[in-house]
Amino acid sequence: MTTASGNHPGIWSGLVAVIRRDVLLAWKRPGDVLNPLFFFAMISTLFPLAIGPSAEQLQFSGPGVVWVAALLAALLSLNSLFLSDHEDGSLDQLILSPQPLPLLALAKALAHWLTTGLPLVLVSPLMAITFQMPAGTISIMMLTLVFGTVSLSLLGSIGAALTVGLHRGSALLSLVILPLAMPILIFGARTVSLAAADDAVAAGIYFLAAYCMLALTLAPFATAAALRISNE
Amino acid sequence: MWTWFHKLASPPHFYRLSAKMIPWFAVPGIALVVYGSYAGLFLAPADYQQGDAFRIIYVHVPAAYLSMMTYMVMAISAGIGLIWRIKLSHAVAAAAAPLGAWFTFLALMTGSIWGRPMWGTWWEWGDPRLTSQLLMLFIYFGYMALRTAIDDPLKADRASAVLAMVGAVNIPIIHFSVEWWSSLHQGATLVREGGPAMPVEMLYPLLANIVGFTFLFGALVLGRVRTEVLFRERRKRWVRNLLLPDGDLE
Repeated sequence: MTTASGNHPGIWSGLVAVIRRDVLLAWKRPGDVLNPLFFFAMISTLFPLAIGPSAEQLQFSGPGVVWVAALLAALLSLNSLFLSDHEDGSLDQLILSPQPLPLLALAKALAHWLTTGLPLVLVSPLMAITFQMPAGTISIMMLTLVFGTVSLSLLGSIGAALTVGLHRGSALLSLVILPLAMPILIFGARTVSLAAADDAVAAGIYFLAAYCMLALTLAPFATAAALRISNE
Repeated sequence: MWTWFHKLASPPHFYRLSAKMIPWFAVPGIALVVYGSYAGLFLAPADYQQGDAFRIIYVHVPAAYLSMMTYMVMAISAGIGLIWRIKLSHAVAAAAAPLGAWFTFLALMTGSIWGRPMWGTWWEWGDPRLTSQLLMLFIYFGYMALRTAIDDPLKADRASAVLAMVGAVNIPIIHFSVEWWSSLHQGATLVREGGPAMPVEMLYPLLANIVGFTFLFGALVLGRVRTEVLFRERRKRWVRNLLLPDGDLE
């Protein structure tokens, strides 16, 4: 971390401060963290009830269901990413601050991941066990979910920034982001299926990691541009 | 060097110039599509495997190609509008989006109709091109939905331009990932090493239709941009003078 020179805060201090603030806010209001998790668990429960309890079918559809549930849970929470900041005016302060806005946007996305993506990854083994997933597959699934949820937080932050302050923003956010998120879903779910079939998984994991790096590099700039536009 | 560019970007000048340009796109476009469709449907020999069913490519391939082309036109003009703040190029992006969605829908529909005799199903999830066209259609819908959701037109232009550019980065990735998903679709016949795998009597009508559709697309975009410009500039003096030459305003 860069040390502060004189009275000027370093370039990373804004990033750290925003992450700390958002995580603290989530800590004080645990409902915001738990709701997406309950949503995730509930979608994963809907499928066995709809498909039927046969172990073979559950094993077959498990990876897809867990991934779809993770995608929807992440989307649900993304809607409020900039909402409270927009309402109480702190978004204006973020934009006006001398700190580079892309870094602050990155901080918002990382804080979102820490408060929704990471808990989701941590509870996902429970869903996997109910879907009769073999133990060796679970670690692969968690790895794909780590890369996937980071990418989703970053990609989704662009959509959240574009739709902040709009009426019916949440439906719009899904409409805008879901088609763009398909590569994450395809590679995530497919890699877990391959792992369950004892097939080679390296290609899928490399792809997800590459996508995650690309999103880390480019998405903050798009989010910053979008924030400037929607907050004009 | 840039004066012509600025002149072109000025709405009244564009409005006058585009009126002269539309016939240059529409006439060759109609001629090529009439030739291509007639030659494709009546003169070209039937395919030895697919029989007459293959003739749907004379609509399917140009529509599929234009669904991509239109997105490129849309994303590039949205980018130009965002970077240099040229309102006219935002108008081009706004005008192109519904056309792109329509071409995508046409490609999907013809692909699905074609799939019925070829694969025995209307819809084949295993086919990567059909699936990525469907995602393309959703991307167009998302773009148009964002545009209509924002009331302030300037803000709508710029926000949707960001989305168009994010989409432009993502579309190749989406295609690749859907491709990875394994394929049932016949391989590429038009663009491949050693020339197209198609006799010339079948090929020329197809090329004529591709070029013809593109010209028609140009004419349609120009026409739509004209109405878009008129609407956006409806409070400006030049539009009033144009529409009410006598000056008898209320």
